[in-house]
Amino acid sequence: MAILHSAPKFASNEGVIETLGTALGAMLVSAKEQHGEVVLTVARGEIENALRLLRDEHEYQQLMEMAGVDYPSRPERFEVVYMLLSVTKNHRLLVKCTAAEHTPVPTVTTLWHNAGWLEREVFDMYGVIFAGHKDLRRILTDYGFEGHPFRKDFPLTGYVELRYSQEDKRVVYEPVKLAQDFRTFDYMSPWEGSDYILPGDEKAEGDAK
Amino acid sequence: MSMQLEQSPTTGDEVITNYTINFGPQHPAAHGVLRMVMELDGEIIERIDPHVGLLHRGTEKLIENKTYLQALPYFDRLDYCSPLGMEYSYVLAIEKMLNVEVPLRAQYLRVLFAELTRISNHMMNIGSHIMDVGAMTPNLWLFEIREDCLNFFERASGARMHSAWFRPGGVHQDVPLKLLADIGEWLDTRLPELFEDAMSLVVDNRIFKQRNVDIAQVSREDALAWGFSGPMIRATGIPWDIRKSQPYDVYDRMEFDVPVATESDCYGRFMVRVEEVRQSAKIMKQCLAQMPEGPIMTTDRKVGPPKRGEMKSSMESLIHHFKLYTEGFHVPEGEVYVATESPKGEFGVYLVSDGSNKPYRCKIRPTAFSHLQAMDFMCKGHMLPDATAILGALDIVFGECDR
Repeated sequence: MAILHSAPKFASNEGVIETLGTALGAMLVSAKEQHGEVVLTVARGEIENALRLLRDEHEYQQLMEMAGVDYPSRPERFEVVYMLLSVTKNHRLLVKCTAAEHTPVPTVTTLWHNAGWLEREVFDMYGVIFAGHKDLRRILTDYGFEGHPFRKDFPLTGYVELRYSQEDKRVVYEPVKLAQDFRTFDYMSPWEGSDYILPGDEKAEGDAK
Repeated sequence: MSMQLEQSPTTGDEVITNYTINFGPQHPAAHGVLRMVMELDGEIIERIDPHVGLLHRGTEKLIENKTYLQALPYFDRLDYCSPLGMEYSYVLAIEKMLNVEVPLRAQYLRVLFAELTRISNHMMNIGSHIMDVGAMTPNLWLFEIREDCLNFFERASGARMHSAWFRPGGVHQDVPLKLLADIGEWLDTRLPELFEDAMSLVVDNRIFKQRNVDIAQVSREDALAWGFSGPMIRATGIPWDIRKSQPYDVYDRMEFDVPVATESDCYGRFMVRVEEVRQSAKIMKQCLAQMPEGPIMTTDRKVGPPKRGEMKSSMESLIHHFKLYTEGFHVPEGEVYVATESPKGEFGVYLVSDGSNKPYRCKIRPTAFSHLQAMDFMCKGHMLPDATAILGALDIVFGECDR
């Protein structure tokens, strides 16, 4: 497919999967190239070793970012994605591993200092535990917050709201009260993919959709 | 009654224990809502624990519940000092997944206004950094320039700060010809005059140098290991600029230099930003000279909306418009990480799409996160007043850091 977009152009992905696939060997679970990005999936227990190998032998010096993603339908619902950058090869790489609520991911704070806060954020937002992290506190949410807000089953409106109480002269937490019901529209075309029951569907022959 | 000598309570070899203070969350030099728990030995900083998240609004979660186009204005509100720099990564990420071609004029306009954003951002940072270490006047002059920039944004998009002007596929509206002429004139007269005047007060100033030179030196290895980017990594002498090494839009047609510093201290970071302003002006002049006429939005009607006039006469355009502003466009399944050189450093967007009209996940990489994290290591052994100079040279905005 011809490249029409004008997004940042880094060094070619040609041969990257083969080279890194041989180097990672059994640590690699799967590899793909899509939308011009190389995505490597690595076994969870080996993530630290894999990233050490990529940093020391393949010049991916910087860990720019870490992201958690939640796929509730999967057996191991979380993905932890590491965005690596090589300033010498001018190349970017996505490395990821999967995790469940109770399966710790080895920390990479041993490799990059800035992984400290990035792992704290993934822990805060998704509840992924990082084994060996020295200071796994919450980072972005409130002091004393409960739950992991970026999980797909956490409601957008949250559970508590806070306000300053004139009577108590302090900030108080209360359950969320919505003046109107939370509304969400999917705008999906009924011809294309909606899976809800439309008025009149029940009249159809056989069992309703 | 005889005189009695008073016994001082602190004589002797008593050990003074370290004490802990709170810097912020309400502190004029904290550049927003930052709380830093500092452990001090006298006036020497032993340890800093920055507490961030006081401005956390759950932007990433909100984006998951909006269509791609509805999510765009959230980006203006991340780093409110450089709104267009934030939009840039997001629209490029969407365009990369859609593989949509952006007309040349739109690419030039985006580069032009991204550089104007860089100037306005650096005016804010340079000015407040100077003010943090004690000088008032330059900031007033630099805000004159920033005011001009905001007026230009207003004339292009209708909004001074939250423009929402970059759109997937191009820009929202074309600019009036007079605006381009005015920007050209401003670049030749007002900007250099005001900026060089203000800088002549600062760059060789003895007090300014005493507060900044040799403060918080960072080696190249540390800068890489801490995930530095932007002016912070260039100050260590690594000529890493995404506009140069991974060019997007028409940056590969621009001629500009990447300034680096020799000493990686607060003064070096400051000087890198000062030179970047001059380089930005150079890029903007080239944009103005080379900019062709033509459309400013992709003609792919599944992504870019049709013109108002077309809608009045063509049924198909009307349907396209209606579908785009209700359902929005669908983005093919997959994931991308797109990072651009925002004025503060590498600003990245990791976008996961499940093929629907809403992002499945949109992770925003703030520049401030890795820089602020290094506060502890950069401040160790420095004096308490140095912390404000170090923080000023980091260039942090909490809308972006806390998201």
